[in-house]
Amino acid sequence: MRDRKDQNESGSGFSRRDFLKGSSAAAAATAMATSATESPAQQSQSQGNVASAEARDVTLSINGQQHTLSLEPRVTLLDALRNDLNLTGAKDVCDTTTCGACTVLIDGKATYACARFAVECEGAEIQTVESLRNGSEVDEVIEGFVEHDAMQCGFCTPGFVMATRAFLNENPNASLEDIQKGLGGNICRCGTYHGITQCALQIAQKGGACSWLNERLVGDLVAKTA
Amino acid sequence: MRSFEYARPQTEAEAVALLNDHDSETTVLAGGTDLMNLLRRDLVGPKRVVDIKQVESMRGIRPIDDGVLIGALATLEDVASNPLTADYRSLLDVVDGTRAIQIQANGTIGGDLCHLPNCWYFRNGYGLLGYDNGESLVQAGDNRYHAILGNAGPAKFVSASRFAPAMIAWGARVRVIGPEPDAEEYLPLEYFYITPRLSSQGVTVLKPGQMISHLWLPSAGRKRSATYEVLQMEGLDWPLASASVSVEMDGDIVRDASIVLGHVAPTPWLSREAAKQAVGRPLNERSASEIGDLAVATATPLSNNAYKVQLARTAVKRALLKAVDKLEGGL
Repeated sequence: MRDRKDQNESGSGFSRRDFLKGSSAAAAATAMATSATESPAQQSQSQGNVASAEARDVTLSINGQQHTLSLEPRVTLLDALRNDLNLTGAKDVCDTTTCGACTVLIDGKATYACARFAVECEGAEIQTVESLRNGSEVDEVIEGFVEHDAMQCGFCTPGFVMATRAFLNENPNASLEDIQKGLGGNICRCGTYHGITQCALQIAQKGGACSWLNERLVGDLVAKTA
Repeated sequence: MRSFEYARPQTEAEAVALLNDHDSETTVLAGGTDLMNLLRRDLVGPKRVVDIKQVESMRGIRPIDDGVLIGALATLEDVASNPLTADYRSLLDVVDGTRAIQIQANGTIGGDLCHLPNCWYFRNGYGLLGYDNGESLVQAGDNRYHAILGNAGPAKFVSASRFAPAMIAWGARVRVIGPEPDAEEYLPLEYFYITPRLSSQGVTVLKPGQMISHLWLPSAGRKRSATYEVLQMEGLDWPLASASVSVEMDGDIVRDASIVLGHVAPTPWLSREAAKQAVGRPLNERSASEIGDLAVATATPLSNNAYKVQLARTAVKRALLKAVDKLEGGL
């Protein structure tokens, strides 16, 4: 787990989270010194299709906006979103590609953000749960979660919302059984599955139409919330 | 997670070359669902991660002489949606059992075939064999999810691949490339897996600098197939036991059969005796049950997993009945 703390400091972004962790600058400096002594050979290599182990500029397209961050290859998309961009909707829960709380859409496909390195996502369109809100308006999946009381502690909710959104985009007329199978990649420890599946079913019965919010990626929102 | 270089080749040749640098202390990245966890736990510590997702020739599914060629990068979703794989029902059953759109959209066939065991001793740093101070932790410890067949040696984990049993039952061959620039071989998938006797060995015949590029399936012809996975949970989970069968019927009578069990042994478990027993008989509740008995006749369960014998037996029976559309009821 210490490694991940080190990673948190890998980016260039300045955020509330970085500020709160003022003491971690020393940890970052140690990590850099260690990697410099351990792998001198790796530093020089950055040619063709190979990127060295050191941090470099990585440009990510998130919710319609381009962000350039200085990241090591080992930084996951989840850590980059949460620690460098302060997009904390995707949650860090199991960290073993199992629970779905970190689900984001990459080129429209539901993906565990903890199963991707940020560098892998260059050139792809990333959509986080933050894109499903614009001012006071929210995506119908979020409305449906509220209507069907589909959350208790709420920690799994952003991931579940994204998985539901992705599932309904591809399966607009899904049956209850389809929904239960499709959303099996998300876990809710409070056990709110009934509300979630009812929400998805209701939207599917209306034809699963994509809401305007989902269709167009809300770029300026990120600037406002970052 | 230790730091590493990141490489993104565009071609197979480039990928092989990149894998062979650094004395082959490299690893292949595709969907990331397994590798990320291995890296996070320091179970692998490569100097370079080779992300093969841009290698166009390894994507997709296409027809080839007398069969279908599935790229190692084909996702579960690709298999489920491509008309070329529509006749291979046992593969579709596996996709259906993988109840997570995240895994279906990102998990690859090559990644599934190379997935390392989920044995909790391995995942917690005690090596594939799960030894500590010369003692098998599996033998003495909690082995409820471990092997009931092929477990006489030190390896007691179960093979993690969900697709391998179905593909072996179809007679699939795997195309392996590397470590030399132009080296390629087609290997029957059943010979791809090994049971390690030493902690330095792996679970497949892949040498450093080699990787799977494609999987070849013979034409489905008139063969019918099915997979039955015994799943504990409704959501994303690994099967406790599974069975895949391919059968060629002559009217009601089995003319040829192949039966492969999954998640019961350190490799996918091909049961030739059970298949032989099936030939020449009709498939019904009684015969399928007897074939299931035979498939687990040599089982040697560990202290906590005798229940898996019954699960494997039932999986064989139900897979056979499913293949000929005679499986009734739910679970």
